[in-house]
Amino acid sequence: MTSIPYYPGCTLNTVAKGFDQSARQSLQLLGVELAELAQWNCCGACYPLTPNNVIGLTGPTNVLIQSQKAGGTVSTLCSFCYNTLKRTNLVMKEDVSRRTVVNDFLGTTYEGEAEVLHLLEVIRDRIGFAELKKRVKRDLKKLRVAAYYGCTLLRPKAVAIDGSESPRIFEDFLETIGCGAVEFPNRGECCGAHLAMSNEEVVVRLSGAVVASAQAFGAELIATTCPLCFFNLERSQKHALEETGETATLPVLYFTQLLGLALGIAEEELSLDGNLVDPRPALEAKGIVECVVREA
Amino acid sequence: MKIALGTVGLDNAFLEQVERESGEDLSRCYQCGNCSGSCPVSFAMEIPVSQVIRFVQLGQEQTVLQANSMWLCVSCLQCQARCPKCLDPSKVMEALRRLSLRQGKRPVALAQVPDGFLERSPQQAVVAGFRKLIA
Repeated sequence: MTSIPYYPGCTLNTVAKGFDQSARQSLQLLGVELAELAQWNCCGACYPLTPNNVIGLTGPTNVLIQSQKAGGTVSTLCSFCYNTLKRTNLVMKEDVSRRTVVNDFLGTTYEGEAEVLHLLEVIRDRIGFAELKKRVKRDLKKLRVAAYYGCTLLRPKAVAIDGSESPRIFEDFLETIGCGAVEFPNRGECCGAHLAMSNEEVVVRLSGAVVASAQAFGAELIATTCPLCFFNLERSQKHALEETGETATLPVLYFTQLLGLALGIAEEELSLDGNLVDPRPALEAKGIVECVVREA
Repeated sequence: MKIALGTVGLDNAFLEQVERESGEDLSRCYQCGNCSGSCPVSFAMEIPVSQVIRFVQLGQEQTVLQANSMWLCVSCLQCQARCPKCLDPSKVMEALRRLSLRQGKRPVALAQVPDGFLERSPQQAVVAGFRKLIA
């Protein structure tokens, strides 16, 4: 069993526990222990875009320093954490003046030595898709899954998880675990993000467009790497249900829940039951999980 | 919307302030409109992002700060990815938000956050929302 430092971030510690647990369990089965950092704090959720907002860099830098102490690499699952840590790390590596201010403030000498990896990269580069394929225990029956990247895995280009215009890592991952990956036009478009707090109608429109695009390309389910995308994609469908009576829905799952299913983890352990749009009927229809009668 | 341009309200200090705050050189923008075309929230903005940049170039502080545009920017970076002049409009929008927040102008008061939102939404939405819209 090898071990890799792991930064869960706030959301995975609270409302997205299923994301966190399915990742830990799955990686365990793949021979990798996700070793949670001994000390961590919120990354700040969004990278501070203006250069004089140096204080906004201190939170993520703290996490990076903890990662360095834990072995030099840090893996993340949440797209926001990934983006914020990786962009901050670039500043600490390349921008001498801001680095000096941050280090003086924190009393540290960090120069961007840690490496930030998304779990998809850990799986591709540390474990390998060929090895992953050998470990698959449950047939996902080519379930047509839309690989939704959203914004923060892809932009800016300097921190993109794969080619920012035509990425493949997510689709390749899904195909490796037995899904039929759906590459759809809106896979890198925004879900509406934090506007969930202030402008729900904008979120409904943006997320609605993502769902419609995935549906138009034949998806039976959407896979995501971000709890906020998850939240917005589900809520926009609930809204459509209430407002327009539109009943065609598309369930959303974290990519680690699909991974867990493929590796043979029992579905009861994968938090498939708390969603606004129940993913189980789609999985049952394909014969991926057993049909059960449940109350509506 | 009727737009009147002239020397009235022209404010070079505002342009300098936005450039300093954003770290971006706004004279690079030649108004091709790629940013507004790729912006997923253009449909709801009173002034699309390319025009926001134009108004800042012209020092029209009030026009820019009174529009809803900066508050609707989601920082998705489609504009940054598409700009042929390597300008980052998302930084300009962030600069405008910060200038406004510093003056105590914010689009949502905590009391207006929808009922139950703080309990059921992902923490990242709350943290990001606070940083972009309230704090």
